[in-house]
Amino acid sequence: MRLVPLLFAAMLVCAGPVYGQDLADVSLSDPRQEAEALALMDSIRCVVCQGQPISGSNADLAGDMRRLIRERIAAGDKPEAVRAMLVGKYGDWVTFRPQVKPATLPLWLVPLLALLAGGWLVSRRIGRRRS
Amino acid sequence: MNRKLVLWLPFALMAALLIAFLAGLSNSPEKVIVSQMVGQPLPEFAAGPAITGQAGAATADFRDGKPRLLNVFASWCVPCVAEIPMLMELKANGAEVVGVAVHDNSTDLGRFLAENGNPYSRIGLDQGGRAQIALGSAGVPETFVVDGTGKIIYQHIGVVTEADKAKLLAMLGVTK
Repeated sequence: MRLVPLLFAAMLVCAGPVYGQDLADVSLSDPRQEAEALALMDSIRCVVCQGQPISGSNADLAGDMRRLIRERIAAGDKPEAVRAMLVGKYGDWVTFRPQVKPATLPLWLVPLLALLAGGWLVSRRIGRRRS
Repeated sequence: MNRKLVLWLPFALMAALLIAFLAGLSNSPEKVIVSQMVGQPLPEFAAGPAITGQAGAATADFRDGKPRLLNVFASWCVPCVAEIPMLMELKANGAEVVGVAVHDNSTDLGRFLAENGNPYSRIGLDQGGRAQIALGSAGVPETFVVDGTGKIIYQHIGVVTEADKAKLLAMLGVTK
């Protein structure tokens, strides 16, 4: 009977180091690299719990992606290169940050055009009031 | 008259936006994520043997000129149980099915295959989701058709059913 807690303790001791090295949930030792990895994880969408970033998802596949991201960043890859790799696998949907390309141009141009149009309207108003 | 129309324009735009948003509410929140790897060469992966007595799965196994199915599955996945009989039937018709088990372990897989049957020629145990991510697979079950040159030509998301049988066999070039 006393064997059970003993075994349990042994399992805990053995599990520690293995778990400790799993980059899915453990930070990189270099704080700058970890910051890069975290920023990327916050903007990659989990393909299982859709709508959550992988940084906040408990899904196994999200953990796999976090591990992959930390490994790549630790190996010296640029975050945007890792993002591009994931987009190459799962499509634009996987990134919360829209990419700049012909199909997404309206997304980037409309706010600019709206600002210009607004500016034009306001300047006309002001001009009329003065004259 | 023209000026009046211009004044109404912002309201019209707003109304159009509202209608678009309302229509969007009825969209399914669950998006089917299609792999971008379809049409591309099978990515490099190597998944070791999942059970004793059966070989693992790797990219190199797909380069010998024979088209194959690559089935991403798991012993914990309920729909995967449902598609085993269909995979068995595809196998009986001359299709070769290579399995990649994700987030799984040998014990559970052994039980799963003993209970449901084993339609696979090889089963790789994917470690850390590496093969799954390389394939652009977002869940289980998913079935890829890999042609003889090692290119992914099709992805089937979800359970393979009777309705998919003819199409899959045709893509594999097996007619019986």
